[in-house]
Amino acid sequence: MSPVELLDQQLADIEAADPRVHAYLRLTPQLARAQALASDRRYGEGEERGPLDGIPMALKDVLSLHGVETTAGSKILTGYRPPYDATAVGRLKDFGAVILGMTNCDEFAMGSSTENSSFFPTRNPWDLERVPGGSSGGSAAAVAAGEAVYALGTDTGGSIRQPAALCGVVGMKPTYGRVSRYGLIAFASSLDQIGPFTRSVADAAEVLQAISGRDDRDATSSDRPVDMLSGLEAGVRGLRVGIPREYTGVEGMEAGVRAVFEAAAAALERAGAELVEVSLPHTDYGLASYYIVAPAECSSNLARFDGIKYGLSDPTAETLLETYLRTRRQGFGAEVRRRVMLGTYALSTGYYDAYYLKAQKVRTLIAQDFATAFENCDAIISPTSPVVAFPLGAKTGDPLAMYLNDVLTLGANLAGLPGISVPCGRSAPPAGHEAKGLPVGLQVLAPQWREDMALRVARGYEEASGVVAEVARVG
Amino acid sequence: MTLSRDQVRHVAMLARLGLETGEEEYYAEQLSGILAHIERMAELDTEAIPPTAQVVSVSNPLREDEPHHGLDQEQALANAPATADGYFVVKAIQEPEP
Repeated sequence: MSPVELLDQQLADIEAADPRVHAYLRLTPQLARAQALASDRRYGEGEERGPLDGIPMALKDVLSLHGVETTAGSKILTGYRPPYDATAVGRLKDFGAVILGMTNCDEFAMGSSTENSSFFPTRNPWDLERVPGGSSGGSAAAVAAGEAVYALGTDTGGSIRQPAALCGVVGMKPTYGRVSRYGLIAFASSLDQIGPFTRSVADAAEVLQAISGRDDRDATSSDRPVDMLSGLEAGVRGLRVGIPREYTGVEGMEAGVRAVFEAAAAALERAGAELVEVSLPHTDYGLASYYIVAPAECSSNLARFDGIKYGLSDPTAETLLETYLRTRRQGFGAEVRRRVMLGTYALSTGYYDAYYLKAQKVRTLIAQDFATAFENCDAIISPTSPVVAFPLGAKTGDPLAMYLNDVLTLGANLAGLPGISVPCGRSAPPAGHEAKGLPVGLQVLAPQWREDMALRVARGYEEASGVVAEVARVG
Repeated sequence: MTLSRDQVRHVAMLARLGLETGEEEYYAEQLSGILAHIERMAELDTEAIPPTAQVVSVSNPLREDEPHHGLDQEQALANAPATADGYFVVKAIQEPEP
């Protein structure tokens, strides 16, 4: 099949599924066609640029795409067309990617259900009345519904791994500093990382290989060598795989999710891994630390949306202050306001030590927990999410209940660790579900810069269990 | 910790959020609930613990100080709601008399 034929089929699949899934905010068929034609020519001349050449893919709407509206799921960026590509996007273009469009997400990547999008919620392809997870819910749903071969997302507290788990696909967050954040519309700069959604671990490794590495335009990006591929098939025999006792007993864990996870751990053991219990004693404080650090950083990052340089601007304002107040009142949704206020409060005079400094110290304790645990194991496994996909609207009135979705994923962001979620089976939600249950994800965490270990264990699990990501037929 | 409506109003103004009348109460209640969870950090003795601002040990990366091409003026202004003579247009800075 040629890249143009593949694109035509892909666009037909999108046309069939997306009116129900709502994974895409906007499609870029002209760009995709030009890229597919160029790819066709390269294959014809024997000059293709590796395995990603001609493969149709999607971008989360926080990744700048030159000349194409990029809004971070927010009204405040209506009409904004970036004058440059994000580095990760540019690298994929160089490898011959065919870009299908921008996928829906929670506004400025703040959320765990994609219901905070300023535009519309995305549906879970396995049950259209349920959420796909978030914040990269559009990217996860697109890959799960066969509306893209792969997609990029971003993960600040679990925003790749949690929707991957809820949609039954593979999603990976690399080590902080592995992928350049240049051109990523920032949420929390010390936590944000870009990573792939795919339907296999090998594909995730391939995409991550393409986008990783030093970029002079992001001073936090690392020049360490990148090798996501050569150790992929090494298997899990002889590896020590840690299970944190605090993670399996976490508040709100569904019994079905725990059972599926225990079966996944047993599959790894049968494949030759040694399971060991480890402890992350400060797990109960992770959410508290995260919900100071991330809002504090976002309150600073989002100050740039002022109605002057780009996006929405209230034309009726008569003073500069009114421009700010009216533009930001019209442009930001409720969750963004909550977090900007929380962050502003935590950084304000008199509260800095009690909240922001304290949260940074707790962050140290959490990073130390992981460092100690990794002295005794090669990788750590847990369920990715304590729950399967929940109904639309179930948690929108209770921010804290929504935040608890990230309790097993945000530790990796605070500590800068790589983590991957792979499908590991299905579980019926507590309220009962007549279908065959909803997807559960197995999270694999590894020490900093050891994406190869996370990928190897995830691939080892995939191989041993035979559980693979399926395409949901929605159309 | 409970946030009062006045504190919410103050923080919203610091952040230039422009709350609608009546929203203070809604956010005061929600933010107080979130802060109640966050308070649990106080249980930990962190006196001797250094803070973590970033987790990767890259420090002060340097590059050659050479000029290179960035966005030109037209590109930089292309998304602006209002421009004049190659500048961003802003409203008067003075606030009206209260």
